[in-house]
Amino acid sequence: MNETIVTYFAKFEWYKSLVKALTETFGFNAEPLMVFLFFFLASFIVVNVMALVGGLGTYAERKISADLQMRMGPNRVGPYGLIQFLADGVKFIMKEGIIPKSADTFLFTLAPILCLVGVLGSLTVVPYSSGFILSDLDIGLFFLIGISSLVGLGIFLGGYASNSKWAMLGGMRAAAQIISYEIPVVISALSCVLLAGGLSFTTLIEAQTGFPQGWFIFHNPFTFIGFFVFFVGGLAETNRAPFDLPEAESELVSGYHTEYSGMRFAFFALAEYIEVFVVAGVAVALFLGGYNVPFGLGGDGILGQFLQLGAFFSKTLVLYYVVIWFRWTLPRLRVDHLMTLCWKYLTPIAIFNLIGTGFWLYGFEGKSLFELLFKSGAAATGGGH
Amino acid sequence: MALEKLDVYWPILILMAFGALLVVGALIVSKIISPQKPTELKRQAYECGEDPVGNAWALFNMRFYVIGLIFIIFDVESALMFPVVSVFKKMNEIGRGGLVLVEIVIFLFVLIAGVAYCWRKGDLDWVRSFQTPDKEKES
Repeated sequence: MNETIVTYFAKFEWYKSLVKALTETFGFNAEPLMVFLFFFLASFIVVNVMALVGGLGTYAERKISADLQMRMGPNRVGPYGLIQFLADGVKFIMKEGIIPKSADTFLFTLAPILCLVGVLGSLTVVPYSSGFILSDLDIGLFFLIGISSLVGLGIFLGGYASNSKWAMLGGMRAAAQIISYEIPVVISALSCVLLAGGLSFTTLIEAQTGFPQGWFIFHNPFTFIGFFVFFVGGLAETNRAPFDLPEAESELVSGYHTEYSGMRFAFFALAEYIEVFVVAGVAVALFLGGYNVPFGLGGDGILGQFLQLGAFFSKTLVLYYVVIWFRWTLPRLRVDHLMTLCWKYLTPIAIFNLIGTGFWLYGFEGKSLFELLFKSGAAATGGGH
Repeated sequence: MALEKLDVYWPILILMAFGALLVVGALIVSKIISPQKPTELKRQAYECGEDPVGNAWALFNMRFYVIGLIFIIFDVESALMFPVVSVFKKMNEIGRGGLVLVEIVIFLFVLIAGVAYCWRKGDLDWVRSFQTPDKEKES
């Protein structure tokens, strides 16, 4: 396995001829250099697109909240206020970065770096299309869960290093919340691994189909509940409302980033908006069919890749909208309710789902609910996978 | 094969380097073009306008420590679940699914017993009451 963007390009003739031409010009094997160069370019594109996603995320957040509250939202900078986030960025970079006297300066600066590094690292395995996945590691899901913990570490460190009581309380809450909700998220993701039989995202997605009846969410009743457990847990892991206890402005001023200003604060916000995209993207990849296109339209060529990108991004952005919608609809939870929801409801439900999915696979030989209900229908559409 | 064995890990390194460079670069640019006039008052920790009292690095609520301990147990167990779960499909296809399933159930039973124990001891309640359940009902 281990599909990467380079192995996708290596299938084409122009890549081979380019490598050959470069090898002849330089007089040494140019292949490692080309591999690095392609990875570098692809990563550069991903980072820029994701910075755009994060920036437009803040714009979308304000515009959607304005829509829900019957206001106008930002509408002065650019058409429909579209480049508001650039104006914000300029404002942030012009601001004086204040570090409190009592704070730990090194950790104070390290915290936003850890946040952004964790989020960008997890973008490595997010599958945008069958060709455009930066690196489809064999341990993709495991890697993602591991590296996204860096964000929680960064947030806690930010709260701790500020040496302010509000920030400390926010950081502690964030740490408790993020680690608690990781359990239901991991266990409900495991039921998808049961169905697909592999940890790499390509394996997980190829086991699904372009049409909803082949998605893992509709595979059996257990995964259907599992999707909601995963989504709620993911929401809590990104500290989004209704789980934004770490930055609850009504009780904690601004939570873990009370003392942050200027660029350092901007990177916390950017990391949060990109992480929402990552969580939505992973939920799409695990449960909602990922980049699969109906009938495999477009084939293996460039057109097919673009269709797959479109399928992935449209599903992800729908979930992104839902996340923002939640924030402006639901009231915030109380901190003891938050822990009750995680440990007394979501974790037992997730464990039950995992066992249930295992028994379903064993009992029905891996057939989905749809295949059991419409045996002839599955045969008529050609069986699929 | 176009790739060496370890080449697939390049994007992780590159992306993480991008993340670190982005923050450091922006901070340096910000340092150059933004005003730098720190005063004593500005550099105080925020405490709603009052002078800060004491240090924030003080003793903290024990609940967070207990949650951390429970999390570590669960996290190790779920990390150990990964290999078993990912071979289940193949084992099921060659007719050994039952064995793996029993293993998973036994393993998860340990987890469930852990949850039940913590629940019974009251460690999952955020505000832990030291009263017995009967007294709680009366009040």
